Amino acid sequence: MEFDLLQNLATGFGVALTFQNVLYALAGVLLGTLIGVLPGIGPVPTIAMLLPITYALPPVSALIMLAGIYYGAQYGGSTTAILVNLPGEASSVVTCLDGYQMARNGRAGAALSVAAVGSFVAGCFATLMVAAFAPPLAEVALKFGPAEYFSLMVLGLLAAVVLASGSLVKAIAMIILGLLLGIVGTDVNSGLPRFSFGIPELTDGIGFVVVAMGLFGFAEIIVNLEHTEKREVFTNRVSGLWLKWKDLREALPAMLRGTAIGSVLGILPGGGALLGAFASYTLEKKLAKDPSRFGKGAIEGVAGPESANNAGAQTSFIPLLTLGIPPNAVMALMVGAMTIHNIQPGPQVMTSNPQLFWGLIASMWVGNLMLVVLNLPMIGIWIKLLSVPYRLLYPAILLFCCIGVYSLSNNIFDVMMTVVFGALGWLFVKLECEPAPLLLGFILGPMMEENLRRAMLLSRGDPTVFLTRPLSRSLLIAAALLLLLILLPNLRRKREEAFHEA
Amino acid sequence: MALIRHPKDFGAGVLFATLGATAIFISSSYPLGTAARMGPGYFPRMLGILLLALAAILILRSFFLRGPAPAMRNLKPLVIVLGSVFLFGVAAPRLGIVPATLLLILISSSADREFRWKEAVVSSLILAAFTVGVFIYGLGLQLPIWPPFLVPR
Repeated sequence: MEFDLLQNLATGFGVALTFQNVLYALAGVLLGTLIGVLPGIGPVPTIAMLLPITYALPPVSALIMLAGIYYGAQYGGSTTAILVNLPGEASSVVTCLDGYQMARNGRAGAALSVAAVGSFVAGCFATLMVAAFAPPLAEVALKFGPAEYFSLMVLGLLAAVVLASGSLVKAIAMIILGLLLGIVGTDVNSGLPRFSFGIPELTDGIGFVVVAMGLFGFAEIIVNLEHTEKREVFTNRVSGLWLKWKDLREALPAMLRGTAIGSVLGILPGGGALLGAFASYTLEKKLAKDPSRFGKGAIEGVAGPESANNAGAQTSFIPLLTLGIPPNAVMALMVGAMTIHNIQPGPQVMTSNPQLFWGLIASMWVGNLMLVVLNLPMIGIWIKLLSVPYRLLYPAILLFCCIGVYSLSNNIFDVMMTVVFGALGWLFVKLECEPAPLLLGFILGPMMEENLRRAMLLSRGDPTVFLTRPLSRSLLIAAALLLLLILLPNLRRKREEAFHEA
Repeated sequence: MALIRHPKDFGAGVLFATLGATAIFISSSYPLGTAARMGPGYFPRMLGILLLALAAILILRSFFLRGPAPAMRNLKPLVIVLGSVFLFGVAAPRLGIVPATLLLILISSSADREFRWKEAVVSSLILAAFTVGVFIYGLGLQLPIWPPFLVPR
């Protein structure tokens, strides 16, 4: 077993450390940080925007570059959170709390370094986790039939609901709307075009980049423009990137705890970076001798959540690589990217394409290393970028979004559809409906219908099949328990508190 | 006003109800099939019904829960941003990438309160040059650079 692990990792590093792939990882991390650092742009729109660049690459390199973009975007988002107090997405909301306060106290450099070091520590550990846990999980996954897959997706989608802040009913409705949008296009079984309104472009379905860019990218820009208050950017006062020994001693235990929490929570369906960051912040606050320091620039409040969100970002690859089921919106984009390269994510990838599988895992570590050794020294450039006023940035972002969407299939129709989803996304923000569950439903829609159909065909129309097969039953029971848990008034209050705090 | 106490829930309910009803209406023309052999209409109709049910909960509870109204006063960014992207979509294949980029940047810039004409013109010219250099020549994006009807063959 241990020997296997080492050998597999060796295979992986053999792939990841070729000159070409190191270069792609580097380019990915740099570009990801470059876009991710822009205020209000989280990993989802960043990946959506940069996805077209990877089309021409061989599949392994494309995925390595995308993973690099993801880590870069995460780190860029933290930088913005610390310096401008503008979180790109929910997981860096937590970083804002103490990171921005540290910056106000003149410790921006320490906050940025601790975020980078924490991310690296977490990255090293999480890479090992993925390498150790992916193979046994993939073996379990091979025993899955259509009924199990369907139940697993139900569990995954419900878990995603738990994590959406705000109303449960709305989040479930958003998932269902996503599933509906996902089945737009030609039905595989009958060849009938569904919900296509006689538009030929729609018979191929709606592109996921179109949905993501509209809901996350455009809507975000519009809402940012509506806010008129001034924001203070700490760009002149960043100095002292080197951590003091005292800082490190305070931060290290938080990093380790954050890594552990983040790694575990990242594997859960619906998990990923967000949940870990929240949990870690709460834990650090509980453990602190003086909890009142939190929210006023406590270094543990940056170190813990930053480690947790990076660990979670990485271990959330586990369900994707082993089950083929994306646990969050970013992984949903990775599925899209894999399908473009004709790779069907799932347990078979590890056996049929070990180079790709282990190469991707090894590149996670390489990507994290690059974040520390390259991004930290380059912090000056990212800060320069932040001092460019938003009024000059957002038109350029819009332009790159338009060109990115157009280049997907060289069709201007996609750009027009993005306008529609931008309007819808704006409406969702106004009505307090979280868009992330919709994107997850959108990706899972076709898979879910296909597995439902197959399971029902095999059982000759008997719906109890989902409860009689033991694995499927346990998954559904877990889903039911989860739903019950959030409906319990006590826990519900806790959940609201957790989101309120951040 | 007194009747709807939670306008955001009410609005979301109406939105989901409309979309759910549309889904059911459209998919009613697709063959339903049986539970064992589901036709193309089965899953969408199931989802449509679920969505309607959830919408009903949202609408009903908006009469009892309390919540603030959504802030809808400043509609300028919405209209200008989406309008400029729409115009880009119309212009890019017909007028070429340079005019389309200039239009997109100039119009979308005006959505911000700190809008300055000269700055926007300069930035649109720089971005147009960048787009042609990087995306058209560098990455081989398939769009005309100038209006096709002006370019002699």
